[in-house]
Amino acid sequence: MNSFRAFVALLVFPGLLYALPVGWLMLGIERKLRARFQGRIGPPLSQPFYDVVKLLAKLPVSRVASDVPMLTALPLLSIGSMIGALALLPVFRGESGFVGDLIVLVSLLEIPPLCFILAGYASRSIYGEVGATREAVVSIASNVPFLTALVAMAASAGSMHSSQIVSSTPWIVRIPALIAILFCLPIKLRLNPFSLANAEQELLGGPLTEFDGPRLALWELAHALEWVALIGFVVVLAIPFRSALWYVNAAGFVLLSLALVPLLTLLAASTARLKVAQATNMMWKWGGGLAALALAAAFFARGGGH
Amino acid sequence: MSGTERGLIYRLVERARRHSAWLYHFNAGACNGCDIELVTCLTPRYDVEQAGIKLEGSPRHADILCVTGPVTRTTREALKTIYGQMPEPKVVVAIGSCPATCNVFAGSPCIDGPVDKIVPVDIYVPGCPPRPHAIIEGISQAIEKLALRKSGAMAGVK
Repeated sequence: MNSFRAFVALLVFPGLLYALPVGWLMLGIERKLRARFQGRIGPPLSQPFYDVVKLLAKLPVSRVASDVPMLTALPLLSIGSMIGALALLPVFRGESGFVGDLIVLVSLLEIPPLCFILAGYASRSIYGEVGATREAVVSIASNVPFLTALVAMAASAGSMHSSQIVSSTPWIVRIPALIAILFCLPIKLRLNPFSLANAEQELLGGPLTEFDGPRLALWELAHALEWVALIGFVVVLAIPFRSALWYVNAAGFVLLSLALVPLLTLLAASTARLKVAQATNMMWKWGGGLAALALAAAFFARGGGH
Repeated sequence: MSGTERGLIYRLVERARRHSAWLYHFNAGACNGCDIELVTCLTPRYDVEQAGIKLEGSPRHADILCVTGPVTRTTREALKTIYGQMPEPKVVVAIGSCPATCNVFAGSPCIDGPVDKIVPVDIYVPGCPPRPHAIIEGISQAIEKLALRKSGAMAGVK
């Protein structure tokens, strides 16, 4: 990847210029559809954009000076890591990436939950601390199947190159691995059956309780980018073919990304929040089971582990 | 600055404030009547989320403070703290007769109200309890005040 292409990937597609409006659109679709599923009319699609503009124009209440750099850096770090993760997604054909880019990609995707946990503790609010603890427990539970499924795909493709994994993972491994990763999506996006960490009723929004004005707006931006990056990650893993025409790849990526949003919304609208023990149990049983299945399939697909 | 000529950023922020008012609901010793009526506004029948209005758990996220109840002695300091935790610009709506006049609790030794003795109130919604229509009307007037308020980060912007 030369530096010009890297800049385009970071700033234009699938980076900032694409991810920001599409992130707002995804959050807008989620809120609108959830309202429709509940028999309400719901806010307009532009709602997340208005929320961010309004929050940016608020004057935060002054805090202890030592808190401010930390509380500002954490959302900025998650925004940056999400843009980096988006830029690493192998959407097009010629993108060779580099050896081990899957590891970088996954670690970048893991930074926002870490920042979210740190934000809860750094804000020194009791609600923030409880939310951070829940996020930590639940993200460990979701990362076991998530990483196992990725290891299964990488092992069956025989490579840590993300573009190689995308193109040469056999379907017998890809399908259970993808279902396991899809199962982790609502946890990573903190959507309803697994919205333990940001529970707005009992935890007042969890780790973000103490954030106000522009700093809360940064978190909203980070969350929108998280949607685009995580859904984009699943979509990139799901399509093994890359067309020679760049716009076919781009259109397929965008359309499939947007098609996943109603599914996640339907799940969120039709379920109630689980307890920590229930969510963890469910994740280990079903997610872990599927990931183990993918790992076993990978073992057999490679011919007994040569 | 003339009243009508306003910059693009100011108009954008004004529009955003009109479309995204987040409420914080504070019960200052209310009998729960007004609280039920306020929550009713969020149900499918009235669905205030159409206008971007939503109920927030944390006062730090909120734009509009909805107070119900005459302020009792135990809730007075909490009301002050919560008002202080809300970032500017903010608007206070007093829902029901209690926060406006203390209603039937007036003269009680346990009551430190009405609300406007503790924090400045922008909109009063009378009624015991007021109907959801009246609450929505009051909140929409509060949003209008919020949008045009020249405070917060926009204080110096034309």
